[in-house]
Amino acid sequence: MTPCRPWLAGALALLAFGSVSAAPDTVHGEQVYARCLACHALAYDRVGPRHCGLLGRRAGSLPGFNYSEAMKNSRITWDEKTLDLFLAGPLKTVPGSTMTYDGIADPKDRSDLIAYLRQVNKTPECRTPMPAKP
Amino acid sequence: MSFFLMPNPVAARRLFLGRSGLVLSGAAVALLAGKDALAAKSGAADPQDIQILNTALGAELEAIAAYQLGAESKLLQKPVLDLALTFQGHHKEHADVLAKTVVKLGGKPVLAKANYNFPIDQLKSQTDVLKFAARLEQGAVSAYLGAVPLFGNRDLSKAAASILGDEAMHWAILRQALGEVPVPSAFMS
Repeated sequence: MTPCRPWLAGALALLAFGSVSAAPDTVHGEQVYARCLACHALAYDRVGPRHCGLLGRRAGSLPGFNYSEAMKNSRITWDEKTLDLFLAGPLKTVPGSTMTYDGIADPKDRSDLIAYLRQVNKTPECRTPMPAKP
Repeated sequence: MSFFLMPNPVAARRLFLGRSGLVLSGAAVALLAGKDALAAKSGAADPQDIQILNTALGAELEAIAAYQLGAESKLLQKPVLDLALTFQGHHKEHADVLAKTVVKLGGKPVLAKANYNFPIDQLKSQTDVLKFAARLEQGAVSAYLGAVPLFGNRDLSKAAASILGDEAMHWAILRQALGEVPVPSAFMS
């Protein structure tokens, strides 16, 4: 085995550290999600629509939920990029949305929240969501 | 002080209510309901302001239903039951004044839903109900915090901040009742 040069080992360690520190923190994401709980739940619709299955869903498409026309016509499909944009400024991204919330300013808060929403989708709570009301 | 460690429930309730200032000051009511001047020029009202008020109204109506669920669950014992009904009363006051303000501004207030989705199967004890309520109240603080900067009319921002303060007190007291640190941080987000 070729001995690892000290500078190379150091660089690799830095890279490894950098990638870990930049990884989404879903525990923190769940804490950020507490801000949403006046209006949202994971598995059932409230003032806002449910979040189970959000990533990959077309905006304004949940059957039985009373979306704003703005959201229904937004032509957004929720993924990391569109969610990040929306969460940074909901009314700037979708003017006329009923989500009258100033947004989440911190990019790390947003990325952790989105990672949490992706992760939670695999939990039992999201595998058997309550049906939408007719 | 733990809410549950007081030997006498009546004394505990008195102490709680007395120390926490749970009686709504009426500031929010006065700030919102007293805006007759706004009504006179309702045609100039910002549609976004009306939407913000209506979104808040929808959440308040749901909170009223949630506390009703808790009150009827038979899981809450006095004095916790009294506390829940007091908080529900605040939410009723918020909803009433929000609805009146929407009308004054020329909008149509949202109505309470015939049915709400609540995680009934997860509410099996008083602690479960208190945790459920605490999560809603924490979310309400964040929701009002996120609404305050959006109003075009700064009087409405001030009024929303007044309601925010009330929701924050609810959250803190529910945390206290759960034996948690009542005020976990210096800032809310």
